[in-house]
Amino acid sequence: MTATTGGTPLTTERRRLVQSLASTVSVGRRLRDRVFFGLLILSLLIALVTLFALLIDTFLTGQTRLNSDLVQNMPSGRPARAGIQSAIFGSLWVVGLAGAVSLPLGVATAVYLEDFAPKGRWYISLIELNVQNLAGVPSVVFGILGLAFIARGPFSWGFTVGTGAMVLTILVLPTVVVASREAIRAVPPSLRDGALALGATRWQTIWRQVLPSAVPGIATGSILSVSRALGESAPLLLLGALTFVTFNPDGLDSSFTVLPLLIFKYASDAKAEFHVVAAAAIIVLLIMLLTMNTAAILIRNRYQNRRS
Amino acid sequence: MAATTTGRPLGPEGSLLPSGHLRRRLRTEAVIRAALFLAALVSVATTGAIAVSLLRPTIEFFSEIPVGEFFSGTTWAPLFVPAQFGVWPLITGTFLVMAIAVLVAVPCGLGAAFYLSEYARPRVRAVVKPVLEVLAGIPTVVFGFFALYFVNPQIVQKFWPFGNVGTFSGLAAGLVVGIMILPTMASLAEDAMSAVPGSLRDGALALGATRREVCTKVIFPAALSGIVAASVLAFSRAIGETTIVLLASGSNPQFTLNPGQGVQTMSSFIGFAGIGDQPTGSTGYKTIFAVGTVLFVITFVLNILSVRIVRRFRQAYE
Repeated sequence: MTATTGGTPLTTERRRLVQSLASTVSVGRRLRDRVFFGLLILSLLIALVTLFALLIDTFLTGQTRLNSDLVQNMPSGRPARAGIQSAIFGSLWVVGLAGAVSLPLGVATAVYLEDFAPKGRWYISLIELNVQNLAGVPSVVFGILGLAFIARGPFSWGFTVGTGAMVLTILVLPTVVVASREAIRAVPPSLRDGALALGATRWQTIWRQVLPSAVPGIATGSILSVSRALGESAPLLLLGALTFVTFNPDGLDSSFTVLPLLIFKYASDAKAEFHVVAAAAIIVLLIMLLTMNTAAILIRNRYQNRRS
Repeated sequence: MAATTTGRPLGPEGSLLPSGHLRRRLRTEAVIRAALFLAALVSVATTGAIAVSLLRPTIEFFSEIPVGEFFSGTTWAPLFVPAQFGVWPLITGTFLVMAIAVLVAVPCGLGAAFYLSEYARPRVRAVVKPVLEVLAGIPTVVFGFFALYFVNPQIVQKFWPFGNVGTFSGLAAGLVVGIMILPTMASLAEDAMSAVPGSLRDGALALGATRREVCTKVIFPAALSGIVAASVLAFSRAIGETTIVLLASGSNPQFTLNPGQGVQTMSSFIGFAGIGDQPTGSTGYKTIFAVGTVLFVITFVLNILSVRIVRRFRQAYE
């Protein structure tokens, strides 16, 4: 008996014992267990099957137009010539700028909340509540803000790259803050205590010890939030980006369109040929997103390997 | 004194006051601290800006359109001549799409969470979780395209038993919005379930409970507040979704609860009106803000509710 461990095959005697124990569970209960398990599998399958149906359907629809013409041509009202070049550049401009602004701003907020904020003050709770709430505001509301405050109103930047970038910055900022806070919190306290004990000031500790070891976590989280900006369409609907722009943006005050909105435009066109172009553009968008997410996962894995 | 060995002068002999160097350091420190505080204030400023930019046009809107007309009319045509401002079609449309989406996302999300947290082997989890993350990362415009050109013609139009379904349907939009929310729901619910102490599980199993009974009678009640918070967030996201609804459900506001018809939600109206580039100051322009205010208030209340519930849930296990 002493030698029996979990790995040994069941003897007939033990199997009979297990069965007699199992038979104390009534047939009805066992049946309900089976049904319950089936329902769990079913709900997971609904998600997975939809994902694969979406990918396969899009690929089959779009593959005929997935060629170099697609990315080299400009948007056009004629389906055979319609391309997505200006939208790719528009997306890169807007998302690049949004990333470049939201990253330092988000990390600064995270550092303040984690290391400098006095505990238990009302204005700290206010800031935290705001970050949490902004993360849950529907993205189209940020479009309203951009329309009333940035495109028109106080800033009056018009429907430009600058406006689009600023709206996306505000949109991704809360998620960058949350991700950076988690990364900073994951830095072992011994590192911080050691630096402080050796006489470093708070900022020296953060700049030279905490942030460098939090960089992988911050990078992963930020790439994931910026990739959300790349797929975002609702707020930009309100910012005049749903037009055929036949030139690449060349500055902050240039008008622009982005890939998700051009897909929207092609998809809602009456001509069926445009739906093929939309599907092909979706494949390009998914490839761009996949590249960013793979980068994030690679950074995370390297970091995990180094730590262990 | 040993002051010279460090290469920089200390304060007056024997003084405990900070040296000049340290004082400069501390001043820099204070400046940095202030700069970081300013960065943290950006989020507060954003909320303030949202409130201000929503409020003024909304007040102007309701000074032009009586609140009674807004909440009693059943025809929504703010951009037509003559314009009509009965908001009920938007309310029923929003409710319809939200209800369908939540009916998909919450039960399926819970099911997936139970499976991942209580049944799946580590190796299965390692495959399934990243796949769900991929699903969560798919842009809404892609889901919208899928709803319009696959789910509606291939599934809804073929299997909807009550009457013909046109190009647009609230059902296709709601189903796909539900699938979009499902991974978030699953991941939040699974977090709550994993936080339930293992001793509760072991205790129930030792007393003869089956795995299903552990799930429904032990894990579910223990993780309930986390699950409720996740569900509240699902409601909020379903209400706020714009692009999927705009593509798959069209932009025809109808006063109906029939899922086989195309409807307009509050969010999809905002997107639709925004495309039209309304002239600043026109009533059509102000309508965007009036509807936006209603949307913002609803989601704000839901978010605060969710945060509150999560906070209570955290305290329970610390």
